[in-house]
Order: sequence, then structure tokens, then C-alpha cells
Amino acid sequence: MATFTLLEPSGVHAFEAQIDGHRVLVDRATLASATGWDRKPEGLCRGDVCVPVGPSAGLDVDERVDLAAFASVLHRPLALDTGAHAAFLGESASTRTAALDSLVAPDFTLPDLEGRMHSLSEHKGKKVFLVAWASW
Amino acid sequence: MYEELKALGFVVITVALDRNMDEPREWIEAAAPTHPSLIDTTWLLADLYNIDQVPTVLWIDEAGQLVRPKDVAFGSNDFIEFTGVDANTHKQLLYEWVRDGKHLSTDRVRAHLELPSDADQLARAEFGLARFLADRGDNDHAEPHFDRAGELAPAQFTIRRGSMRMRGKDPMGKEFMDMMTAWTTAGNPLNKALPE
Repeated sequence: MATFTLLEPSGVHAFEAQIDGHRVLVDRATLASATGWDRKPEGLCRGDVCVPVGPSAGLDVDERVDLAAFASVLHRPLALDTGAHAAFLGESASTRTAALDSLVAPDFTLPDLEGRMHSLSEHKGKKVFLVAWASW
Repeated sequence: MYEELKALGFVVITVALDRNMDEPREWIEAAAPTHPSLIDTTWLLADLYNIDQVPTVLWIDEAGQLVRPKDVAFGSNDFIEFTGVDANTHKQLLYEWVRDGKHLSTDRVRAHLELPSDADQLARAEFGLARFLADRGDNDHAEPHFDRAGELAPAQFTIRRGSMRMRGKDPMGKEFMDMMTAWTTAGNPLNKALPE
């Protein structure tokens, strides 16, 4: 077992996992507490949502879950580096597309230089001119 | 201009896509903005709005609805010879929106939406992993993930150019200029200002 870092757009999780060649195997309970997705008889479930898991998905390895198969079942992109013991589980194109196509501006909460947090949704009732820029 | 529009129920929010709080600090302190000036060290905004270059601007109305999808606008014409985008065009549209409520129809907004592909989202994951590894000082592991991100999504300059400084490259240097020349030579536009 080794300490493994799983990054998501919403945050960072560190947990013990088994690195088996190119596979990363994680205890069901560990993965559930990190990502909210629980392996149940009906599939991968979070809240009221269950995604069915076919036998060919390769999700289950003994009592553990294969991380790459987990991402694949959820149709989410996974960048994995078994040598560095880290992976980034991204958000799917279909989820981002559905949000943008609704034309409801996705909310976000980010800090200013003083560390104060600001959310887009605090500015409801005003016209917002949102500018993305960079120092580079 | 901002003070005049602010009185009409308008707010500017700027978001810097930068690897830490220090890189954009001197720019923000020099500008001393009165509006929220935020720092996004995880490129979350680029992920949520499929932002592929900077600067990118979007308009969001009082109800939180997108009324102008990502567009390219500049505060001045200092770099117009390079960008080909006249700052005054967007400024005029902005006035007309804030003062008169004029904006694109829902259909036109949808027509101009650029939605992310599976490759874009995998590129963002590769880029996120690379940033994490580079921040940890593990450049040997980070490099192939930076490369893969750029190969997956060549149009995502928030990744290809945005990663240059992290990789010890100059985002204003020859490598960037070569990248842009290759991009435009292949028939791609340098900047994607909306046509209406």
C-alpha cells in the first residue's frame, strides 16, 4: 500500500491505495469517502444517482475498485501517473456541456489577494462583466 | 468608464489564471481595482467556461444567465497590431448592454457557444496532474503530462501557453512566437472575437 493523491476540480484527496503495475486499486470505503461514489450492488451510487456497472467494466478487483475503470464508468477523464502516485479525475465534457448549454453561468468561489473568498452568485441582481486574464 | 457603469448596476470580476497568488500580485496591486479581482490557481474558470485563451470576457445578466459567451476584448489598442481586435468595438457593445439592455438573443448566444470535447477535458486533467507534480518539484513526472495536455488540445492556449512558465519556458519568447506562427499558418485565427 502507498499514499496516493487524487485531484479533482473540487479538491484534493490523499489515501492509501495499492499500485499494481499500471493499476491503482482503492478500497471501496476509501473511494466513497473521497469522491462520494459508493460501490453498491446496483452500480456506482452517489445520493439518489446510480450508474450501472457492466461485468466487462473491470471495476471490481476483489473488494477493491480499479481507479481507471471507476473514471471510465462515470465517463470522466482520468490522468494517471502510477509512478508519481497521483491522478487527476476531471469533469466530463457532457457535464460541462450541459451546464454551458443551459446558459446558466456556472458559479465559482475564488479568493482575492487578501484571501477573501468571492462567489459569482453573490452578484445576482447585477450585470457581471467576467474577465479571465493571466500574468503570463 | 467603470464608475459610470457601476452606478447602473454593473460589476466587473477579473480572474487571474496563475499558478500562485504571487505571480499576478504586482499587476493587481498596480491596477488597484475597486472590483473583485480573484486568483484561480487551479484553472477552474477555464474548466467551467471552456476558456482557451486570455483575455476572455463573458457577460452575465442580473438573473445569472450568460448573455454573451466567451469573447475577446482588450482595455486599450496598445497591442492591436498583434491582436487585430479593436478595443472600442467591445466597449461600445458593453455600454449598450449596461445602459440600454441590448445583448445577443438566446439563440445567438447558443450559436456562439464553444463546448468542450472529451479531448479538452482529458487535456485539463493531464494539465491539472502536471501542475500538481510541478508544484511538488517533480518535474520529471510532470513534463510528459504537460506534453500530453498540449497534444490533446492544441487550441487550449490557457494550457499550452499557460504552462510555459511552469516548465521553465518564456511565455513571451521565441517558443511562444513559433507556437503562434504554426497556429496561424495552419489557418487558425489568432484571436476569436465574436463577429456580432
